[in-house]
Amino acid sequence: MTQPSESKKIWQVIAASSVGTLIEWYDFYIFGSLATVIAEQFFPKTNPTAALLSTLATFAAGFIVRPFGALVFGRLGDLIGRKYTFLLTLILMGGSTFAIGLIPGYATIGFAAPLLVLLLRLLQGLALGGEYGGAATYVAEHAPPHRRGYYTSWIQTTATLGLFLSLGVILITRHYLAADLTTSIQRFNDWGWRIPFWASILLVVVSIYIRMRMNESPLFAKLKSEGKVSVNPLKESFGHKANLKMVLLALFGATMGQGVVWYTGQFYAQSFLETVCRIDFDQSRTIIIWAILFATPFFVVFGGWSDKIGRKWIMLIGMLLAVCTYQYIFKQFLNITQPTGKTELAEHRKFLGEKTVLLPKSKTDSIQLRTWEVHYTDGAVFHEIKQDTLWTDPTRAAVTKTATVYDEKKLDTWAYRKIVGWMFVLILYVTMVYGPIAAFLVELFPTRIRYTSMSLPYHIGNGVFGGLTPFIATLLTTIYVTDKLSGLWYTIIIGAVCFFIGAVYISNRIDADVND
Amino acid sequence: MNQLKKWLGIVWMLLGPVAIYYLIKTAAGEIAKSPVANTIIQWAVFVIIFIPIAIGLIIFGYYAFKGEYDHLPERSGEI
Repeated sequence: MTQPSESKKIWQVIAASSVGTLIEWYDFYIFGSLATVIAEQFFPKTNPTAALLSTLATFAAGFIVRPFGALVFGRLGDLIGRKYTFLLTLILMGGSTFAIGLIPGYATIGFAAPLLVLLLRLLQGLALGGEYGGAATYVAEHAPPHRRGYYTSWIQTTATLGLFLSLGVILITRHYLAADLTTSIQRFNDWGWRIPFWASILLVVVSIYIRMRMNESPLFAKLKSEGKVSVNPLKESFGHKANLKMVLLALFGATMGQGVVWYTGQFYAQSFLETVCRIDFDQSRTIIIWAILFATPFFVVFGGWSDKIGRKWIMLIGMLLAVCTYQYIFKQFLNITQPTGKTELAEHRKFLGEKTVLLPKSKTDSIQLRTWEVHYTDGAVFHEIKQDTLWTDPTRAAVTKTATVYDEKKLDTWAYRKIVGWMFVLILYVTMVYGPIAAFLVELFPTRIRYTSMSLPYHIGNGVFGGLTPFIATLLTTIYVTDKLSGLWYTIIIGAVCFFIGAVYISNRIDADVND
Repeated sequence: MNQLKKWLGIVWMLLGPVAIYYLIKTAAGEIAKSPVANTIIQWAVFVIIFIPIAIGLIIFGYYAFKGEYDHLPERSGEI
């Protein structure tokens, strides 16, 4: 048992590290969650250069800069210490986020607007790449050996809670800028989207204050006092075979699979509910919020459990369950949101309007879209859209196709709860693969190069393999159009390979001594 | 188990080049389908990012084949 003073100290360490990391994730997510609004403000599609910068902002910040940030700040953390490095990443992230909220739109300052957003987004990616390794290392180096998984799992909750916080702040801001919802959403799209960015600065200032009062990691301070700090952490981490082989093992046997499960459970699932199942904007977000709320405690449960039975099998079983059940769970999403079997309340059917749009690459043929609001006896409300192709050539009129699609689905209570339940299962898998991984990575590498060595595989696994999940999944659905679940194959294949490598090569041993 | 680790090393060594070939083939196909700047940047990022990772997989396979993972370090002194 730890002494009361030590116990208090470790909770201060966890609070200081977690709040900062939570804010960093929040900052990173609000940009993604507001991508459509931001694109309208800064990246008009009519300007090809601005659209190009938009692509760069999405891809470069997420995939290139994060691993680069891991190298830059990991090296700094191993040279000058954990405390000042992850303080620096916090300032960089908070400052960039606040500044994005201040930039005038493309309509006001032209090309400078998207360029500034891109630069700040790159800084955000860089900061995020440096933050996690520092926070996890800092907590782990303060934690007693038999509780390392438990204490570091608090850091693990922050990535999911950051998403929760960003969704919550966005929904609240979007709804409360005016008494009338339509006006409120209009105001949000005009200027209200800046509020979540500005809100970040308050949280960052508080977090900086807390972190400033903390001491350096005791293990790093000891190394420094003994003059044993690494002279060249990058070379020692990746230039020496003995350590490089562990970096590669961490990547291919753990973080690669963790990344795809993490992004599929939280991001691809959200996108699937919205764009494939066509659930209403607010409902698709509140579903995630509820699921996160119920599942988040399990990060700590699995982290704590890993102190007893080891990290390996909890992570790998989470991965295996995901690989084996994703197809079934996403199929449930599709089934639950279908109108099949529902009874319509015909007297409530309301015609919402019609519009005609030209077929792509045609100057005369068009599609007529007629929309109704349809109410069902179970309380669900769907938009029913009938699509009729209007050919100008009368001989083709005979082959006119009429299709009916459903959109902006507001689910009935029972269906809503079932989807929350399945989302909970998806996030439960995330807690299994992610809860113990900080302790696992910390124990894999020596103190003098720990920050650098663990940051890179983490950010390649989470940032590259995980971050690409929504894009690759969407790409697969455009290639295999008849199979709505084809997007899952990327996650299933990467997850299966990672499970196999992890099961064969990783040890389940808990390192009792991370002081060396 | 160590024999399995070694022989699987060959699989990982082969998987690396296969992944690079498939990635470049897909990238070329997608760029040819839509040769606009956005598509080129997107696929260039994929290729630039994934080729070093695939090389990492080949190195991982090589280490596995050479028996580097037969015994994992238990102390930092072994690293």
